[in-house]
This record gives sequence, C-alpha cells and structure tokens, in this order.
Amino acid sequence: MSSLCVRQLQYLHCGPIDLQIEAGEIVGLYGVSGSGKSRLLRALADLDEHQGEVLLNDKPQQSMSAPQWRSQVGLLSAETFWWLDEVASHFQQFDPQQAAQLGLPEDIGDWPVSRLSSGENQRLGLMRLLENRPEVLLLDEPTANLDPQSTEAFEAFVVDYVQQQAACAIWVSHDPRQLKRTAQRCYRIEDGVLAGNGECVLDAD
Amino acid sequence: MLISLSSYDLILAAILVLLLGMLGWAMRLGITRSLYIAALRTTVQLLLIGLVLKTLFASTQLWFVLLISLVMISVAGWEILSRQKRKLRGWWGFGVSTGSLFVSSFMITLLCLLVVIEADPWYHPQYAIPLLGMLLGNTMNGIALGMDRLTQTAWQQRAVIEQRLMLGQSAARAIADIRSEAMRAGMIPIINSMAAAGLVSLPGMMTGQILAGAPPVEAVKYQILIMFMISAGTGFGVIAVLWLISRRLFDERDRLSFKRLLKKS
Repeated sequence: MSSLCVRQLQYLHCGPIDLQIEAGEIVGLYGVSGSGKSRLLRALADLDEHQGEVLLNDKPQQSMSAPQWRSQVGLLSAETFWWLDEVASHFQQFDPQQAAQLGLPEDIGDWPVSRLSSGENQRLGLMRLLENRPEVLLLDEPTANLDPQSTEAFEAFVVDYVQQQAACAIWVSHDPRQLKRTAQRCYRIEDGVLAGNGECVLDAD
Repeated sequence: MLISLSSYDLILAAILVLLLGMLGWAMRLGITRSLYIAALRTTVQLLLIGLVLKTLFASTQLWFVLLISLVMISVAGWEILSRQKRKLRGWWGFGVSTGSLFVSSFMITLLCLLVVIEADPWYHPQYAIPLLGMLLGNTMNGIALGMDRLTQTAWQQRAVIEQRLMLGQSAARAIADIRSEAMRAGMIPIINSMAAAGLVSLPGMMTGQILAGAPPVEAVKYQILIMFMISAGTGFGVIAVLWLISRRLFDERDRLSFKRLLKKS
C-alpha cells in the first residue's frame, strides 16, 4: 500500500502545490507546454531543488537517501537514455515475456541500443524502471512516440502494475482521452499551480 | 666530461625556430606568433631559473627551497586551470588543481628525497628542485587532461547521468564510467612513455645526463626512478582531482548540478 503526499511544494517559479495520492490511484496532469509539468515530476523525484514536503507512506523525502527515494519514486522522463551497448545489460534480469506484453519483439534484449526506435525506447524504459518495483510512478508523456496499439498495451501495463502492487502514479499527458482511460482524477497545471475539480474531462484545454 | 655550449650553438638552434616561424607565416598556418612567444618564454624562463638555481645551490636554505617549490606548484596549478574548457567556479578551480599537485608531486618528491636519495641535507636544491620540476611538468599534463575530460564528458552526457540517477543509482555510480574514462585520459601519456622508453624514445632526463657525461647505467637508474614517480604522481593526482570534482558536480541529495562550473570559455 503506497501513498504519496505533497504539501506546499515549490520549485523554480511554480507552486505551491498540494496533492494526496492513495494506493492504486492514478492522477492525470495536463497543461500547456512550459507550464512546469516535467519540472514538477523532477522535483518529486528529488532531481531538482525544491521547497515544501513530499512524503511517501508518511515518510518524508529527506529521511531517506536520494538514491533510495528515487528507486521508490520512479520517474520515466519523456526521453529515455542508455549507456551500455546492449539493451539487456541495463537490466538485472531481462524478461522477454514482459517485453511481449508491451508489444516488443522477444529478442529485443539482445539488440544494440542504437537500433531502438523512440517508441521501443519508451517501453523498455518503463520495463527498466519497474525492475526497482517503485511504489510511485511518475510518467512524463510516456506514449508520445507510440502508435495507438502500443499505447493501449502501455496503458494496460501501467494500470495493471499500479493495481497489483497497490502503487500510485502521476501521469502527464497531452491527450485528454488517455487520461480519461487511465486516471481517476485529473488536474490542469496553470500558472504553476493545480487547477480544476479533479474530474477528467474530454474537452480539456 | 661536459662539453660546454657556446652562444653560437644556441643561436644556430634559434635560427631553425625562426625559419620554421617564417615558413609557417608564408604558408598562413597561423602558428608563428605562438611559436615565437613560446620560444621567447622558454629562453627567458630557463635563463631566470638558471640564475635562481645558481644562487640556490650556493645557499641551501630550507625556506628558500620551499619558497621556490611553492611558486612552481602555484604556476603549475594555474597552468592546469588555464587549459580547462569548463572550470570550477571561484577559488575551487585553483584550489583543486594546486591541491592535487601538492598531494601528488610535492609529497612524492618529498618521499623520494627523504627515503631514496638521502642527500645531505635532504632538501639539497641540486636534487630537490629538478626532481620537483620533472614531476610537476609531467603530472600537470596528466591532471589537466583528466580534469578536462571529466568536466567535458559529464557536460555532454548529463542526460545519461540523470537517467541513471532516476533509476536510483548513487552519484558515484552514475558517473563511474566517465570517471574511469577521465582517469584513462590522464594516465595514457605516462603509460605510453613508460612502454616506449628505451625502444622508441630515450627519455629527456636520461639523455641530458648522458650528454653531460654521466655513466649510462646511472642515468638509466635515475630515469626509472623518475618514470615511477611520475606515474604514481600523475595517478594519485588525477584520482584526487576526479574525486574532488565529481563531488562538486553533485549536491548533497545526489543531484547533478553544473552551477558550480563556469561556462565554456
């Protein structure tokens, strides 16, 4: 059972932001480019300086080491990077079945990373992130480069993970239909603060 | 036996440099100016240090030897800094380069003087100053290369470093590959010259001693000593620099931050 609590979070010129997410819940975020969505996720993952409190299961961010925090509050950024030659070398144990669930070829673990398309990049990035079994997922426009079919598989995969692990997630997307499908609550980021009553609506923006 | 060089011998060599500069100017290679400045610097600086050494050998005062060493180390530290594309802000840059030269070159020279050479007195400038000079000149190169490689590569690969941090790796682990690459860059010159010594090249100090009439085997022993000291000095110096700089690249929450680094000059 995981919960994330954000109190009076301020970063750069944004905030204050208050947000409470319970186990099994996905919160959708949208807003115009440059409104600070990615920066919010980076602050939550403790990659950028920020003020205010972030608690995981009532434990404050500062009470754990940063690497500990980041392996439990996992951020999937809009672009994924690899530093070794082969895909599987980035994993503790590469699971071909999991790859197949996400619509990837089963032998993709043996591929050189230079061969990956941007869509394959994102899906493998998710698999790599989930190896840590994070309690909170922070997803920054994860399906921007995916075709509709792969997008569907990706969404199902994340929803499944959140439910089975009783984890929680923040999903940043420009697609209101995607948020309607995946998230229970949605907010708009406007002038650095959360706006809206939490309802996921189709005619957003 | 030492054959003394006359001024004409030096002028002959200078004419060669002059000719090279003129050829470079005619071919618009853009090297003439810096070649002449460097040649002039080497003449003036070496003549000066020759005079200083002459006085130094006559006096053998500890404080004087220390003073000269301090000047040499500071200048070498400055030289390292001026070769960096991205420097640490403020006094840190100078502090890191000078400090690492101190731990590597100075301490190793000290060890060598006290334990190996055992001149009387141990700080006899005839041994202390040339040894320190050889060490500084070579470790300086290695440290400058390693430092530049670390900051440049970290800057270019910042996205990869952050990706690794996002996956819960510590700062030390996220930058480990870059660190070992920088270590290699700093060590390659001395490793190469140790490997090629005697087969491809006769190292400068040994050649100098032989030209000055020393028995070859004695010269070789000194050269081996110097080579080992240089490689140890370079290695320890580069390690010190890598450790200090990679700590400055991250804050206390293992966040990558380039705000302690000056922009490209």
